[in-house]
Amino acid sequence: MIRIEARETLSIYWKLGLPVMSALLALLLASLPLNLAGAPILESYKQMVIGVLGSKFAISEMLTRATPLIFTGLAATLAFRAKLWNIGAEGQLYLGAMAAVSVGTGVFDISGLILVPLIIFCGCAIGAAGMVLPATLKIRYGADEVVTTLLLNFIIIIFLQYMLEGPLKDPMGLGWPQSSPILDQGMLPPLMDRMRIHFGFIIAIFCAAVAHFMLIRSIWGLKLKAVGENMSAAKHAGIPVNQSLITVAAISGALAGLAGVSEVAGLKGYLTADLSPGFGYTGIVVAMLAGLSPLGVVISALFIASVFVGADSMSRAMGVSSYLADLVVATALLCVLIGGFVSRYKIVRIAKNGGKN
Amino acid sequence: MLEILQILISDSFWAASLRIATPLIFGVLGALLCEKSGILNLGIEGIFVAGAMVGWMSVWLGAGLWGGVLAAAIAGSILGLLHGILTVPLGLSQHVSGLAITLFASSLSYFSYRTALPTVSSPPRITPFQPLDIPILSDLPFLGPVLFQQTSLTFFALFCVILIWYALEKTALGVAIKAVGDNPNSVDAQGLSVYGLRIGAVMAGSALMALGGAFLTMSAFDAFFFGMVNGRGWICIALVIFASWRPGKALFGAILFGAFDALQVRLQTEVGAFVPSQVFLAAPYILSIFALVIAARSADYPRALLKPWFKGQR
Amino acid sequence: MKSDPILSLKNLSKRFGTIKANEKISLDLYRGEILALLGENGAGKTTLMNMLFGHYMPDAGKIEVTNASGEFINLALGNPKASIAAGIGMVHQHFTLAENLDAIDNILLGSEPLNQLRRRRKIAENKIISLMQESGLVTPLDIAVGQLTVGERQRIEILKALYRNVRILILDEPTAVLTPQEADSLFKNIKGMTSHGLSVIFISHKLREVLAYSSRITVLRQGKNVGEIATSDANEKKIAELMVGSETTLPRRQPASTGKPILKLEGVSALGRGLRDSLKNVNLTVMRGEILGIAGVSGNGQAALAAVLSGMTIPEMGTMTLNDEKLGNLDPAKMVSKGIGRIPEDRHRDGIIGSMSVAENMIIEGLSDPTFQTNGFLKRENIAAHARNLSDEYDIRGPGISAPAQLLSGGNIQKLILARVFHNKPKIILANQPTRGLDMGAAADVARRLIDARSRGSGIILISEDLDEILRLADRILVMHDGELTETQTRDRATLGLLMAGQAA
Repeated sequence: MIRIEARETLSIYWKLGLPVMSALLALLLASLPLNLAGAPILESYKQMVIGVLGSKFAISEMLTRATPLIFTGLAATLAFRAKLWNIGAEGQLYLGAMAAVSVGTGVFDISGLILVPLIIFCGCAIGAAGMVLPATLKIRYGADEVVTTLLLNFIIIIFLQYMLEGPLKDPMGLGWPQSSPILDQGMLPPLMDRMRIHFGFIIAIFCAAVAHFMLIRSIWGLKLKAVGENMSAAKHAGIPVNQSLITVAAISGALAGLAGVSEVAGLKGYLTADLSPGFGYTGIVVAMLAGLSPLGVVISALFIASVFVGADSMSRAMGVSSYLADLVVATALLCVLIGGFVSRYKIVRIAKNGGKN
Repeated sequence: MLEILQILISDSFWAASLRIATPLIFGVLGALLCEKSGILNLGIEGIFVAGAMVGWMSVWLGAGLWGGVLAAAIAGSILGLLHGILTVPLGLSQHVSGLAITLFASSLSYFSYRTALPTVSSPPRITPFQPLDIPILSDLPFLGPVLFQQTSLTFFALFCVILIWYALEKTALGVAIKAVGDNPNSVDAQGLSVYGLRIGAVMAGSALMALGGAFLTMSAFDAFFFGMVNGRGWICIALVIFASWRPGKALFGAILFGAFDALQVRLQTEVGAFVPSQVFLAAPYILSIFALVIAARSADYPRALLKPWFKGQR
Repeated sequence: MKSDPILSLKNLSKRFGTIKANEKISLDLYRGEILALLGENGAGKTTLMNMLFGHYMPDAGKIEVTNASGEFINLALGNPKASIAAGIGMVHQHFTLAENLDAIDNILLGSEPLNQLRRRRKIAENKIISLMQESGLVTPLDIAVGQLTVGERQRIEILKALYRNVRILILDEPTAVLTPQEADSLFKNIKGMTSHGLSVIFISHKLREVLAYSSRITVLRQGKNVGEIATSDANEKKIAELMVGSETTLPRRQPASTGKPILKLEGVSALGRGLRDSLKNVNLTVMRGEILGIAGVSGNGQAALAAVLSGMTIPEMGTMTLNDEKLGNLDPAKMVSKGIGRIPEDRHRDGIIGSMSVAENMIIEGLSDPTFQTNGFLKRENIAAHARNLSDEYDIRGPGISAPAQLLSGGNIQKLILARVFHNKPKIILANQPTRGLDMGAAADVARRLIDARSRGSGIILISEDLDEILRLADRILVMHDGELTETQTRDRATLGLLMAGQAA
């Protein structure tokens, strides 16, 4: 007789292997919709790989695409570890971008040494506020933060449209709803000539390293773990639960805000309503695929960025809808979920007399 | 002020309110059914998209309007089955599973639509549900335009409210669903299947959710646009809490929202010079947050919601 | 009347991971008897009955039962529906009721086919009313179960089984939630039902009640059936030895003088889960070097009292004084720093964070201690050393200090909590149901440590639903009923029982 039993502890092989297998499986499953769309499978995959690795430019594009995903992935990771479901990274990203543009397009005409940190600080602060509000509503009123952050995303984007047609509108922008450009000295410096990859990438890696260190080695990280794993016991032990939640909410929102700053002040230079093709939501998949590990987020973001950049390129070459990338990413999330279950259990054979084989 | 009063007593306003409320009615009922059994279904936004696309596409391919409705319901229940399997026997995080389903259903719907109908200058259209023309009833003053000139899909939504209410309050199945959402052990100890009840409720609820999406492409409008669902699913989740998980109150909440939305369109013409249009656009979402905050700590909260249950656990 | 057994368990075995919960257990039940299944916590009694009722699938063995037509058939295993159809009913230790529904709906659940459009509530109600009259088990029928008392809920559980024409009724620790008088009354009703042909198996770990209520006793120890004896031939010593396998006595306190008051609660009122569970104007004083016992059936305000003393709830009214220092609005961290140690009632919910390591759980109340951290960063070697020392001192057994705490057995988890609490040398200890669910050895260990702490001068508040435990350990006794505390000098079980039920002695 075969029975399924829970594993007592998760080996490191499973912890590392699971996301990798999920990612590969999702890529493999992409062959189904490709088939449906009538595209030759091998050729499509080849185009995807070329799109990511085929040239220095391709690789730099991939890294550039990964930068905001690292930020939003970290935002989701830290919040989810505390069982605070921040689905509002998309809105917080735009809050950060709006803050960057408010401060960096000419209000302060100062040296870049001051302006860049100022832009970063404001972006983080406003982004943080965007998550502290839902967290407070949850603590005070029990309002489910999944719904409030989701609804806030819509409110923020509507507000963004208002701002881009009003106070933030570029007077020299030919009437398009876009913001004035960030001053030259306020832009994050590029990392390579003639490539789009910028200093934001370095900041992102730095944030991941700091997050990793803080989670593993600090008291704050231990408290966060306790609050996320068993809030009742954490409270009983004297850990200030509400304070921990607000703090992690602020940090999470700040990181998402940084994603917005990075895109505006590092890549595009000005703000439009389509700055983010869903980086906030994709960040959640990045985080889950990374098993809620900050270092894992970097790798996961690189993978997902590759999927998007590769699929874009493949879609242009093969005429397949680029929504395939979204589909692959969503499938990867499902695979990780199911894989998480599979890894927790093992198959055991029971002999007839009740002893274990 | 006078303008607002005039709007509030006009029958076209209330007719619009009920029309706008219809997808919300389907969505709230669907979410209510899932949550009553103990499962939060955040796949609702994606299921709306899937219902919209599948329903529309079926009609486009020749299935007839009610055929499209059936197809949408089936698509919804398949997605519900997936969510049910992930959250019930596998006991995975209901939040993550729901969000995964939203992402998956949305991207699959968009991909399928775009693959079947490569970019055209304007989205193709179908002939949607038409307003009913019932002898005598449709000509009644006020009630005529408001109720009896709605499309049959709206009538079906109202019928579903009664159906769900009756099922939950007056049938043995309804009692079992309410029980499993409070204490799954109560149902298990009486020889019923917790898994079966919960997965069944989620599938049925998801079918209803899909109908909400189908209404958008088959009744309210006649084509499928990207981004047309626009957060309605999330508003429904907030509305369920506002409705204390009761079908009657859910209907009231949906109509209230529909009324606000109808009001803002009309108010824009009145006060549009002074108040930016975005205020009105954001109003439904802001209201939903308020609804959540007011109603959050309710005594009717299904006690077993969000708690996984496993058979034979020590 | 002995003839052939109506139920026969043959060589049932069940394993959970590496733990052998039941090993080749065989057992017979005869018509009309009340069989006590005795064993200490963890002996495997509930596992065995769960297999009989169908919650668990046995690894090996079979069950034969007399069906409605009188034939002795093989019971389909692992299937509650089949067990119910075979006339087996179970009242679980933790009630299986839907609190949002009334008694009638709960009783009808599962007996009506789900595909019907109409219900038979009226007919069912009449049948239930006549069942109540026959059995003597009365309870309100049209109020949501969530508003009923524990006793009323238990009666609904039994009525559930009677409604399904139960012939073999299993009761899992039925008296844990009852006063002594209520327990007597329950078994009087049950004896009435057995004289009409009902057969009963009741699970218990309490010697006294097994001797008082059963006609026959089967003893389980470490998953095996170690003996059966007719109650008329049994005495406490004999069955205690069978139960534990050796001579053990649970520690009792020796009378000792107590010092001055350390902790005082005056006029404290606090909200609990319901009206009955809320504290109403309670006063209590704990002296140095004493164990103050709070007796009473759970649900009468113990949770609110513990919450106030743990710092989890702020009282609506009243004052708390510690060593003549008035305590303001407190939180758990301040309680710990003031020297109040807490052993929570629910180990898994409030005591440990299961997925975190044993070592991390040991320091979780002392995160600001400079031994364990500098400038907010963990000193891992110190933490590990501390954990190893405490594990040795308290004999905590398990897969090591780095393993998740949830892998420890209940007794070892309790040792972890005790180690954590006692390490801070607390002046006051709140011990809330500290031996619940523990086997005799672990329970004895806990009792010994509490007595030791008492002799070192700590004041201990012992909240326990086990009246015998209170009588063994407490220097003074307060009885809790309906949110009010009454001090009493009596040590008579019957009198205490009346006080627990709210009836003046």
